[in-house]
Amino acid sequence: MTQTSTVPHQWIADLLFKGLGELFQTASVIFFAPIFLGWVNLCRSCLQSRRPAGILQPYRDLLKLLRKEVVLATGASPLFRITPYIVFGSMGLAAALVPAVTTDLPFGPAADAIALVGIFSLARIFMALSAMDIGTPFGDMGARREMMIAFLAEPATMMVLFTASLISRSTSLSTIAETLGGRHFTLYPSLVFATTSFFLIILAENSRLPIDNPSTHLELTMIHEAMLLEYSGRHLALMEWGSSIKLLLYFSILISFFLPWGISHESSFGGLLSGFAFLVLKLFILGTLLAILESTLAKLRLFRAPEFLAAAYLLAVIAFLSHFILEV
Amino acid sequence: MHHILLRTLKTGIVTEKTPELPEEMKEISRKLLERGIGRFGRSLFIRHLDAGSCNGCEVEIGMLGSPCFMLEHLGFKFVASPRHADLLLVTGPVSLHMRQALLDTYEAMPSPKLVVSVGGCADDGGIFRGSYAIAGGVSEVVPVDLHIPGCPPEPLDLIRGLMTAAGV
Repeated sequence: MTQTSTVPHQWIADLLFKGLGELFQTASVIFFAPIFLGWVNLCRSCLQSRRPAGILQPYRDLLKLLRKEVVLATGASPLFRITPYIVFGSMGLAAALVPAVTTDLPFGPAADAIALVGIFSLARIFMALSAMDIGTPFGDMGARREMMIAFLAEPATMMVLFTASLISRSTSLSTIAETLGGRHFTLYPSLVFATTSFFLIILAENSRLPIDNPSTHLELTMIHEAMLLEYSGRHLALMEWGSSIKLLLYFSILISFFLPWGISHESSFGGLLSGFAFLVLKLFILGTLLAILESTLAKLRLFRAPEFLAAAYLLAVIAFLSHFILEV
Repeated sequence: MHHILLRTLKTGIVTEKTPELPEEMKEISRKLLERGIGRFGRSLFIRHLDAGSCNGCEVEIGMLGSPCFMLEHLGFKFVASPRHADLLLVTGPVSLHMRQALLDTYEAMPSPKLVVSVGGCADDGGIFRGSYAIAGGVSEVVPVDLHIPGCPPEPLDLIRGLMTAAGV
């Protein structure tokens, strides 16, 4: 935090500049998210010996969906219609909180890591409710499966966030990223366990392999997509865009906690640009890793998903304990 | 794990070259555009409906998902729900039992939407023509924008047909 001057116009100018930094960070996360998804898909199709569709394909799909008409099922309640906006809105809000480009976020103190998990669950609960709203069996099944994955992944997420906040003595995301990024490279045993655990959580929470396969359309195996079966047009576009932002945000959390070097600590013009460049570089590397992982793994049976998430939770607990045993 | 990756790298990209559309298909594509259906271009979501087919066409459609064909490169993909779809790909002579399902699927799709019928049966009933159990071709039930002939059509014919419909 920079010192705020007592002169009012200086203070206002300072706030305005910080607001611009915040706006830049939020917009870059929201608009970069489909490109990141496009990169992961591009790597996946290269690994499957296919000619890829290009990195901008998610944008083409989104633009087309935004131009299409919305068809509502008979008996769709207002809940069904407002859910896409709630989902997209909460992802946009989360994009303003996670220090992806800069840690100097005026919005940051408003919500900490625990509130962030709450924002993600708000989106998820509305998504599950809207899937059950129409009453088709697949929506119902998808909603129940998603909630099962979520209630197993959430405690693990909290434990990982607590481990990171124990080291930096704060649950504020910006402070965590600042403390961890501000010091020299030290290998914390607890952070190694926490990173591994969080990577497993990313796979489960964003419905990637081995928990869910984003490229299959087999009704009996899909989890996330089963909830979106009834959405069309701009509603579907918002839901898809929202989940691509969620994927990017989870990777941003991973980066800001465990690879925080390069994130800007002040909202100067050069700082923002270099922060963005570092974010893009790290995301491209992590996206390639995700694609390689997804191309070499087989999908787990649904009933093996709790074991997978239990492993994530166990690693998170080991991370938590090893902080007290080895680092205090 | 590493030997899978190595083999993939050794194989390289096996997708064939995207075929050129013949002039008469470009003409059909232009006519579709004039009717105001809109150009989907390189983003087309396809919903496949089997309306009583012998599964010959399905085998060929299934081939489109293989790395050899450029379905993904063109931005076309099969989707799980008619609500997501831009194009309805119908095979089979439309048996009376599938008639309502075809109508419902068509109704469930958001406009602008396209219907493409695939194979001899979907055109006029094919070898099933005159049977008491069929509605007699897809165009008897829903308006068809494009027909892909063949029994069954080859994957490349299907790709050309889809490209014509999407206006690539």
